[in-house]
Amino acid sequence: MIASLPRSAWLRTATVLYVAAFLIFLFLPLVIVAVFAFNNAPYPAPPWRGFTLDWFMGNESAHRVGLFHDTELLGSVWTSVVVASWVTVLSVAVGTANAFLMERYRFPGKQALSVLMLTPLVIPGVILGISILALSSRIADLADALFGLDLDFLRPGLPLVVLGQFSYIATIATLMVSARLKRFERTLEEAALNLGASHVAVLRTITFPYLRPALIGSAAISFLMSFENFNTTLMLVGADPPLTVMMYGRMREGASPVLNAVSLFLMLASALLALSLMRGGSRSAPARVAAES
Amino acid sequence: MAEAQGASGWQRRLVLTLLLAPALLWLLSLIVLPHVDLAFLSIRERIAPHQYRPSLDQYRTFFVEPLYWQVFVRTALLSGVATALTLVIAFPIAWVITKVAQGRASALLFVVCLIPFWVSETVRALGWLILLRESGVLPALLVRLGITAVPVELLYHDATILVGLVYTSLLFMVVPLVSSLESLDNSLIEAAYDLGASGFSILRSIVIPHAAPGITAGCIVVFMLTLGNYLTPTLLGGKNSQWFTELIYTQFIVRFNWEQGAAFGFLLLALSTAMVALGLRLSGQRFVDVMRRS
Repeated sequence: MIASLPRSAWLRTATVLYVAAFLIFLFLPLVIVAVFAFNNAPYPAPPWRGFTLDWFMGNESAHRVGLFHDTELLGSVWTSVVVASWVTVLSVAVGTANAFLMERYRFPGKQALSVLMLTPLVIPGVILGISILALSSRIADLADALFGLDLDFLRPGLPLVVLGQFSYIATIATLMVSARLKRFERTLEEAALNLGASHVAVLRTITFPYLRPALIGSAAISFLMSFENFNTTLMLVGADPPLTVMMYGRMREGASPVLNAVSLFLMLASALLALSLMRGGSRSAPARVAAES
Repeated sequence: MAEAQGASGWQRRLVLTLLLAPALLWLLSLIVLPHVDLAFLSIRERIAPHQYRPSLDQYRTFFVEPLYWQVFVRTALLSGVATALTLVIAFPIAWVITKVAQGRASALLFVVCLIPFWVSETVRALGWLILLRESGVLPALLVRLGITAVPVELLYHDATILVGLVYTSLLFMVVPLVSSLESLDNSLIEAAYDLGASGFSILRSIVIPHAAPGITAGCIVVFMLTLGNYLTPTLLGGKNSQWFTELIYTQFIVRFNWEQGAAFGFLLLALSTAMVALGLRLSGQRFVDVMRRS
């Protein structure tokens, strides 16, 4: 029952208990991951054998390779950063162009195009992955057969991973930039044009400064979604796996606490990003993050 | 003046073309063409190296081979159960956020509910692995409390998969529910209460009809994401997971039978699309509005 109506004591208690249980359910797995990054044992499992930083600092001589010496794992973090940077640049650029296209122009087929732009969100990530894999392999085979060209970037590998992630993250960037552009007061631009400013000057001094929060927000979300993507990436990955795929592989083999260590850093980074964006006033944005990861 | 307008009209068309180019390039080369290609791939049969003929063999295999359609049905059913559970668990929380908690407490609770979903699904799955596996935290706790004599394996059950799926999906239910409940006028509930309505009848005849768009949006998104999930079922379900995306992966990446994998992909896409369309039809909403809302 709502706050303004009388509620019985047991209903109040039940509400508090439910919220508490819900929060425990939400945070327990994350807390467990963080705690076992410091357990002095070869596997992330109870009992607690004392505090250690081995899973961060350990090296070969300690017989425990900690995160900072696990070159394979650090390499995959770097791979993820490179992929996410490309995806971010592409998504924000195309998303901004799309926002102007959809908010400022009328053209035949606009309605159909706006529906088509949303479809990547309802296609399962696995299918986005295999469809792009199939087409690019076919083009590569064709180029090889007809011209003897060896188009390596169309084979499973990082360029395809970037394209696969971009294919749906572009939709999210489009939605975020459009939402802000829609609320823009066009009279500001008209006033500047009347006062003799050029179109380029208006864009640079009025429109883009206004869009800045949406551009920064969509860049952050794009980066995070790319970094966390798994489904699409798994289908397109080549010899050098990004972090999520690397972690998945190791988890299937039986995880060592070094995964907890890297997870702890991921959690801290995500929390910082989330809080700074929410402070900036974007509320719907967090909802999109985990989608299709 | 007329000349200037002519020039600006010409400029406008140029800019329009320049803005259309990236959108069309993106959608045609990464969405439309790959799916057309996948469709052709799914309806051809290899008869000799580099020789193919049109055939519905892959789809026939799906219906003839019990394993395939059983996994398909199982994935759909478990996704449905996961969606229903997510709704039941998320609804009270959305209610507390919008109607019970006040001011800063409400905003804080909402933010706290969102935070875990900024963390990668891989990390969250790792947490459940450490909690639930035979040598993990919960089995040890059960032994300590004297509930079980020896540690039990809590992984690799259907219930485990459901826990993981509900956990991953909560956010996508809470957010649309909160935004639809926010717009529900409290005075309607107060009026019904003053007129003597029970809590249940208020829920049934005021709250649920009002929140229907949010409920539908949440259910559509959760069902879709659950159906297409790969990580959570395979890690928490292990060899018993039998999730349909796993079959697609096996055909494509392990067996290299792309024709069969493409057919499976289309069947999954068809189910996913059908459920989205059904949800929209039931609630009389437009696709564009739902996607913007969620």
